[in-house]
Amino acid sequence: MTAPADVLVVGASAGGLAVAEALRRQGHQGGLTVLGAEPHPPYDRPPLSKQVLCGAWERERAHLRSAEQLGALEADFVLGDAAVRLDVAAREVLTASGRTLRAGAVVLATGVTPCRLPGQDDLAGVHVLRTLDDALGLREHLLAGPRLVVVGEGVLGAEVAAAARGMGLDVTLAGLGRAVLADQLGDRIAGALTRLHAGRGVRLRLGAAVRELTGSGGRVTGVRLATGELLPADAVVVAVGSRPATGWLAGSGLPVDDGVVCDAFCRAAPGVYAVGDVASWHHEGLGRRLRLENRTNAVEQAQVVAANVLGGERPYVPVPYFWTDQYDVRIQAYGLPTAAAEVEVVEGDPEDGRFVALYREGGAVTGVLGWNMAKAARLRRPLVAETMAPPPASGPSIAAAAPAASVNTRA
Amino acid sequence: MNITVDAGKCCGAGQCVLLAPDVFDQNEDDGIVVLLDATPPEALRAAVREAADVCPAAAITVEERP
Repeated sequence: MTAPADVLVVGASAGGLAVAEALRRQGHQGGLTVLGAEPHPPYDRPPLSKQVLCGAWERERAHLRSAEQLGALEADFVLGDAAVRLDVAAREVLTASGRTLRAGAVVLATGVTPCRLPGQDDLAGVHVLRTLDDALGLREHLLAGPRLVVVGEGVLGAEVAAAARGMGLDVTLAGLGRAVLADQLGDRIAGALTRLHAGRGVRLRLGAAVRELTGSGGRVTGVRLATGELLPADAVVVAVGSRPATGWLAGSGLPVDDGVVCDAFCRAAPGVYAVGDVASWHHEGLGRRLRLENRTNAVEQAQVVAANVLGGERPYVPVPYFWTDQYDVRIQAYGLPTAAAEVEVVEGDPEDGRFVALYREGGAVTGVLGWNMAKAARLRRPLVAETMAPPPASGPSIAAAAPAASVNTRA
Repeated sequence: MNITVDAGKCCGAGQCVLLAPDVFDQNEDDGIVVLLDATPPEALRAAVREAADVCPAAAITVEERP
């Protein structure tokens, strides 16, 4: 396949920006347009529930690049205008404001949209957290009233609860799971996290469904659980997961099934690729489709997508990685830890607040987790990389031989 | 090439160490990046650029100097 004359990237967050940068670095000299739904220049999302929310950073520090760096890209940034329709055959995107953008290749990087609770849009004081504006709006609200209820015991909910406790708020964390991050990390680590939050003064209501949000005069007043208990609130954060932002692709003919369905090369159709949270691609090492909602994946996948846009045939075979900061604890995880795995502490001691744990399924190491033990965890990453490596015979030999491909699959 | 790292942004992922172990290392204690060589030789520069691009905390800045 030959390289396209011009490229349109739909999405101006970490994944979209990284594709644009990688295209230039890999030699693309043609037209380059980055379309973003939000008015802001590309910014980083992980700090939104951490440093930006607690006020440690001014908003500008979350910007991914300076104006000078963006200018040097020689890309046309079209911001504050959402994509509303894709014509796959013509590789043409229609925007909310009525623009029509066409290119030789289109990269879809529209991310995810937070799920909401019924009735939340009718009540002031109920927040989701996905965008910079969400974070700044929530922060303003947290400064105005002392009682916060967080609904959702996943990564985002737990980070918001921790940041809000750091601000001195009265925080209740409610969620369906038995323990904080139980679905993601299993009972043992989730138990330790739950004790951490309880020890820092978070009121926990776990294993509890939400019946309704209560309000008065258009403002939220609390969260009613299925048990009947009412949790009074000045503000509520709803962190109950998200869905791939693919609504705008309805009718395009692109296969969508929990994300944009892609092959091993992150290609959804000829000349159409997907990257980041929205992409559900075939991971050759796992032998199945995978979609990852984490920051590291967005930029790693972008390197491979850029290479393939420019005519390469590189399968994307990453070792997933995510981290979360809660209070003074930083957890890092390589691979795919699940609640079904057996967990063994192999270094350090949970009693000392520093350890490395391995996740095993069917005898193979599927995850490495570090709890305030970053370097030691990273040094065990090869164990999970081995499990996730593609079978030797699979994939085109040219991709396996390309040095950049092997660097990427290890990174 | 001149490299700067923002330790306050670093999340300790170690992606940079995997890509360019002669240029980056991590603290034993907290895993925060340690810059070993701010002006690496030509042979390492492609890996350094990639490390800056894939850093999940955007903590590495590379200034190209002619």
